[in-house]
Amino acid sequence: MLKAANINEKTPWQEMHPGGEVYEGGTSALTKTGEWRSMRPVWNKDACKQCLLCAPFCPDSSIPVKDMVRDDFDYDHCKGCGICVTVCPFKAIDFVKEGE
Amino acid sequence: MKMTEIRWHGRGGQGAKTACLLLADVAFTAGKYVQGFPEYGPERMGAPITAYNRISDERCTIHSNIYTPEFVVVVDETLLEAVDVTKGLKEDGAIVINSSKSGDELRKHLNGYKGKVFTIDARTVSEKHLGKYFPNTPMLAAIVKVSGVLDEEQFVSDMEASFKHKFASKPQVIEGNMGCLKEALKEVKEV
Amino acid sequence: MSIRERISGNEAIATAMRQINPDVFAAFPITPSTEIPQYFAQYVADGKVDTEFVTVESEHSSMSACMGAEAAGCRAITATSSAGLAFMYEMLWVVSSSRLPVTLACVNRALTGPININNDHSDSMGCRDAGWIQIYAENNQEAYDNYLQAMRIGEHKDVRLPVMICQDGFITSHAVENILLEDDDAVKAFVGEYKPENYLLKHDNPLAVGPYDVCPYYMEHKMQQVEAMKNAKQVILDVAADFKATFGREYGFFEEYLMDDAEIALVLIGSTAGTAKACIDKMRAEGKKVGLIKVRVFRPFPGEELAKALENCQVVAVMDKVEGFTNEGGPLYNETAAACINLNKRPKMINVVYGLGGRDITTTDIEKIYNHLYMIKETGEVKEHYLHIGQRSNVKEVF
Repeated sequence: MLKAANINEKTPWQEMHPGGEVYEGGTSALTKTGEWRSMRPVWNKDACKQCLLCAPFCPDSSIPVKDMVRDDFDYDHCKGCGICVTVCPFKAIDFVKEGE
Repeated sequence: MKMTEIRWHGRGGQGAKTACLLLADVAFTAGKYVQGFPEYGPERMGAPITAYNRISDERCTIHSNIYTPEFVVVVDETLLEAVDVTKGLKEDGAIVINSSKSGDELRKHLNGYKGKVFTIDARTVSEKHLGKYFPNTPMLAAIVKVSGVLDEEQFVSDMEASFKHKFASKPQVIEGNMGCLKEALKEVKEV
Repeated sequence: MSIRERISGNEAIATAMRQINPDVFAAFPITPSTEIPQYFAQYVADGKVDTEFVTVESEHSSMSACMGAEAAGCRAITATSSAGLAFMYEMLWVVSSSRLPVTLACVNRALTGPININNDHSDSMGCRDAGWIQIYAENNQEAYDNYLQAMRIGEHKDVRLPVMICQDGFITSHAVENILLEDDDAVKAFVGEYKPENYLLKHDNPLAVGPYDVCPYYMEHKMQQVEAMKNAKQVILDVAADFKATFGREYGFFEEYLMDDAEIALVLIGSTAGTAKACIDKMRAEGKKVGLIKVRVFRPFPGEELAKALENCQVVAVMDKVEGFTNEGGPLYNETAAACINLNKRPKMINVVYGLGGRDITTTDIEKIYNHLYMIKETGEVKEHYLHIGQRSNVKEVF
């Protein structure tokens, strides 16, 4: 039985799991949805009051919070929806075109 | 292989299908191979329905309807006007009609059928013994008698056992049904 | 010891279900399969089974409920006919591709329209490519016996495919005939418990079912279904062998009736096989070498075996109880012909479509078909290969 991380576009059909079953949890982290992003949120650490309103609004769990303090974005998974930009009361998140 | 083929004509809700399945049941109990099956048209009360029996000593594999029966049973005589009940009926067979009418009167509706015609007045028999009109038991007894497909004595005792099982909680019905059965065996007559 | 009984095909299936006592039965009624959940509801009310009986609001939901239950680790069943099966169509594919061995009792009825309640095979033939195993019955006995074998086939680890157990609506579903039933305990012992390796409610092994397959993965999963359907052939034979050893009745991919020396043969599915057998007995008594192949397993299609069984015949009529509107014949014909295409010596072959919407077929009709095949044998010429029997017409038809 293969770990999901080891199933890729080179895996022969004989080795894949029947019905595409996934035998472990949390495998969505393996898919780098950050590639889909065209707009990019940028955290302004100095303007941030750590109110933590942004984190629960993020639909992709891409704002890591540890010990009641947020850290920079998880750009591997952030799709650039901009919800955090809208909900931030302190304008501490800028929203810029990807690549700029 | 000797096989008896019977066609039933009734109206939806009157129990022709039930009587057909009862005959299959009692022939099975007597050790026969049986088929009992309805032919469905519109599924509603009052619509003419047809049901069939095949009874033999070996398994019959045919799964078509019966077109040249040896016997026909007409549970509701008003069907004589509406349905060609003798269609395909073998001349050396017989038709059993639930009626109190005379042979001459009935033959007018039988498209010149030359075989034997039997009647049983199931209404009178049923109302006498059950106080209500249930034509099933008298018609069943009549076709058993006319067709000779089952031994009469065994038929009576098998039916008694069956009623005792079926109506265990309503013993008064057993006596009424047995009364119907025995009287019908006696009263069915060639006309 | 087998129990001598007389019950209809529907009651036979319901009896098998009671004996197996599955975990979940998701039901929505439709003629002529309605009696199956009706009998079963009585068993539930009487405490004869401890099945979770789920009365859903549609067949799409009954198949969905079966899928969820089966994925959770339960043995899930349902029954349906005609438009009900059509309404499940989407879910049939989801269940098979998720490799969930749901068992469906299909009581074959014409697929509307015009609306009709009687038998033909258009419902199950319409989903023949949905990845389900399909097994067909001639009579109540075979419906019962096939049902007892279904779960061991579908649930086998090399198979893991859903199974459809089909019988002819009204013709066998509502006909009371003699049958041999098996003892409850013997049935339970034969069928066994459902023990999947992985399932949603297995605590120590988290599982996700039914993921989205992007293009680079989809075809690989289809190849696995292909492989499973290939594996099913051996499992079907193994289960049939054990069934024979246990209960004494013999089954294979198809039944050959007097085929050893047959020059002329029919290939067909379902209850008409019995009618054809009676016709064959009559014609054999007249010295005619006629035979019959009754296909029991349609999915997986036993093409190689069927070709071998037909290779010594001279003329064959394959009979379809469904119209495919291909202008080239029905599915059984097309697949049988395809199976025979690479034989060095193969029979001449025609298709006869019959029995649509319950149109009756008699021994006389069957004899007409055999006589037509004899004519082809004598002239060596197949003028038309795509024929119908039983329809009214204002021109002279072949039959």
